[in-house]
Amino acid sequence: MTKLVVNGKHVTVSADSDTPLLWVLRDKLGLTGTKFGCGIAQCGACTVHVDGQSKRSCVLPIGELDGKQVTTIEGLATPKQLHAVQQAWLAENVPQCGYCQAGQIMTTVALLAANASPTDEDIDSALSANLCRCGTYPRIRRAVHRAAAAIKERG
Amino acid sequence: MNRRTFLLSSAGGALAIGCALGPTGGKTWRHFRHTGEFQPNAWIRILADNTILFTLDRTEMGQGTTTSHAALVCEELEVDPRTIRILHAEANRSYDNPDKELRIQITGGSTSTAASWQPLREAGAVAREMLKRGAAELWSVPVGELIARDARIEHAKSQRSATYGQLIRQAAIQEVPKVRLKEPKEFRWIGKSLDRLDGRAKVDGSGTYGIDVRLPGMVTAVIVRPPVRGAKLAKLDDRATRARRGVHDVVHIEEGVAVIAEGYWEARTGADLLKIEWDDGHGGSRDSAALFASFEKLSSSRGRKTVRDDGDAYRSTSSKAIEAVYKLPYLAHATMEPQNATAVIYGSGNAARCEVWAPTQTPGVALWRVAEAIGFDQKQVAIHQTMIGGGFGRRLLVDYAIEAARLAVHTGKPVQVIWSREDDQQTDWYRPMVVARMRGSVAAGNIDGWLHRIVCQSIVADEGPDFIGALMPSRTPRAVRRVFANGPARMFARGTLVDSTSTEGALELPYAIPNLRVEYTPVETGIPVGFWRSVGHSHNAFVTECFFDELAAAAGKDPFELRRALLGKHRRHLGVLELAAKQAGWGTPLPPGVGRGIALHESFHSYCAIVIEASVSGNRVTVRRAVVALDCGRVVNPGLVAAQAESAVIFGLSAALKQQVTFRKGRVQETNFHNYRSLRMFECPVIETYLVPSEETPTGVGEPGVPPVAPALCNAIFAATGKRIRTLPVEAALEAMT
Repeated sequence: MTKLVVNGKHVTVSADSDTPLLWVLRDKLGLTGTKFGCGIAQCGACTVHVDGQSKRSCVLPIGELDGKQVTTIEGLATPKQLHAVQQAWLAENVPQCGYCQAGQIMTTVALLAANASPTDEDIDSALSANLCRCGTYPRIRRAVHRAAAAIKERG
Repeated sequence: MNRRTFLLSSAGGALAIGCALGPTGGKTWRHFRHTGEFQPNAWIRILADNTILFTLDRTEMGQGTTTSHAALVCEELEVDPRTIRILHAEANRSYDNPDKELRIQITGGSTSTAASWQPLREAGAVAREMLKRGAAELWSVPVGELIARDARIEHAKSQRSATYGQLIRQAAIQEVPKVRLKEPKEFRWIGKSLDRLDGRAKVDGSGTYGIDVRLPGMVTAVIVRPPVRGAKLAKLDDRATRARRGVHDVVHIEEGVAVIAEGYWEARTGADLLKIEWDDGHGGSRDSAALFASFEKLSSSRGRKTVRDDGDAYRSTSSKAIEAVYKLPYLAHATMEPQNATAVIYGSGNAARCEVWAPTQTPGVALWRVAEAIGFDQKQVAIHQTMIGGGFGRRLLVDYAIEAARLAVHTGKPVQVIWSREDDQQTDWYRPMVVARMRGSVAAGNIDGWLHRIVCQSIVADEGPDFIGALMPSRTPRAVRRVFANGPARMFARGTLVDSTSTEGALELPYAIPNLRVEYTPVETGIPVGFWRSVGHSHNAFVTECFFDELAAAAGKDPFELRRALLGKHRRHLGVLELAAKQAGWGTPLPPGVGRGIALHESFHSYCAIVIEASVSGNRVTVRRAVVALDCGRVVNPGLVAAQAESAVIFGLSAALKQQVTFRKGRVQETNFHNYRSLRMFECPVIETYLVPSEETPTGVGEPGVPPVAPALCNAIFAATGKRIRTLPVEAALEAMT
């Protein structure tokens, strides 16, 4: 039994302690926004936040997460509005197939929390571990800058 | 008494007349009577509360069909595309691709906008006119005085107005009218960069991809497939697997050994406990190095088929010929969403139904293949389309859907089959491996002779049966369908019939070369091949556009100028070539170590030229800029087209620089994203896209950007370093050179 907080809700999970968080989210908690891409932390499609840090949920055993706060793509927006990063994604028409975008967005939110004004190099180094086969990288870069500006403006 | 006065005099009579009218009008009325919906055709439904539903019959793989097709319909329907609801079409012959070479329910060949351009606008216009005529009857005003706008019909003179929803009863009794489509100057949505309509579901985690389908009581299956294509199961010990908590069953099916469990992790770790021995058979000796050697040997003699023969290429290249051998590897599709499908069987016996949810490009193929695999009639099978995490041609196959259906029959429960990344790499239908032997000659500063020999597997031999089977009427007996489906495939495999996907792009070389011959030798290797974004163009353009540069260098000519000189009256080729060169600043100085390369290719009836700037350090290539010029006819959504150009450059660079699928002892060596690598953000160049303004009918967008990428890159590397890269991928070739 592992107790954790997912998107602000307390949950108790019954799963083998080696079960990756990804499959707990998808199969036990019904949160399918976090995606399976490679299973070996190579593509970033499964990126979530654990205590605010971006993590690859496909290699994160649930047994290590007792008492942790987990945020997934479903927990980013408020009922009233999308997160500034999600809004920037829409404004730049970033998604193509969209499958990797939850991971790209989660990585970006963590990046902007740590670095409010990232340079292109900062963006590259944070996001190069997130693979996109449709080739949305140029738009992701623009969207990160746009989101950073929007967050700063809001203060 | 004419029809209109009759309607006015008797509402009851009107119903009868409505039913008696032409077949479609009658059907529309009957549909209204049964459902309360106005459904003038297969794509549009309007409800009384003014909800407008559009059924998208092409797969949204990221290329933007949701948005562009909605714009086509809404342009004529006079509705804001952002206000409608969009549904994915199920498998149904009404949704066959209107492209005359396809005619099955399929999304491929960059046909979506081109083929639907006319029918979808007509569908919108028909619905609009029926609504207008309904309003005219209701208000007793001339239809010519009515205006349709934003899902309302308005009559200015009498200041009357109604929503479409309020008019559906009257609209449903109308005859299907002949319609006039808008002139381009009247377009409100076409030609504008309407934002993606599927964006929201792709940024908030709410979108349902195939892998996200959830059914009550659903179990998960993973399948251990033979590590060598064609291998047979020799020995299976599943005791440890069955003992694992959460595992329900282990089933041996045609495709492999399936482990069925309560979730993916239980199934995957359960599968890892299987003890399996495979009998590799012939396949166990397949080896990429040996295959390349045998292809190369075949390329030394005349091709089995001559597909083009202008002048006398043998004589013109008999002396002082420049000869080169190009080699391209097998490639995997590596969609971000691994293959998967979900299936359930309801009922039993003759009343049994199979429902499948699949992220597929070919619901039309899935329908008959699933029915055949589980022994159902097609009318007992429903194929539901889902969102799809990348296609690139991989999802023209329906292997995942068949597996799910088989396991649903076996377990009696809803089953979701999920492939691992390793499964996906190992059991793909690869872009064919190719060896091309080129011989050319130059005379008086021009290209005089060109001999192109292609050695390549037939894709149609492997994938053709699926498509041919889907073309046939649904009631065709199973055995008859199989015979017809398989027959032509054998002829393509042996080369009795020439598979145009092997020669496309080489065959239609646009340059004025007096002596030009293209030969083709099909080969069989036992490794399945398939359609991969831009198909034959993906390898042929690399060969032709790189070799053209070799001959330009031999002739002492600038590669851009020589192309221009030899394009003659090919207006649209010239248009993109000159646009790309101009925007890239062809001929202007570059920093030391940076080279510029150009390539041009026509595919899917569109024209694309790309200029790439690159530098090389050791075996690392830095691509700093890519300039794309594209002529795809009239542009429905410039923003989406630019996104596809960017996509094509990045997809093309990933393949050209990094990707290959190789076999050792029949086993795929590139197992996951760490060794089947794609471009990462830090490697992504600046990409600029320029569209040629055009009033021609729209043509392909998703694929035509891919073919020029690899040759533009390698021509840039030559310009930067003097090294000719004739073997892909580039990084491996550079490593072999040093």
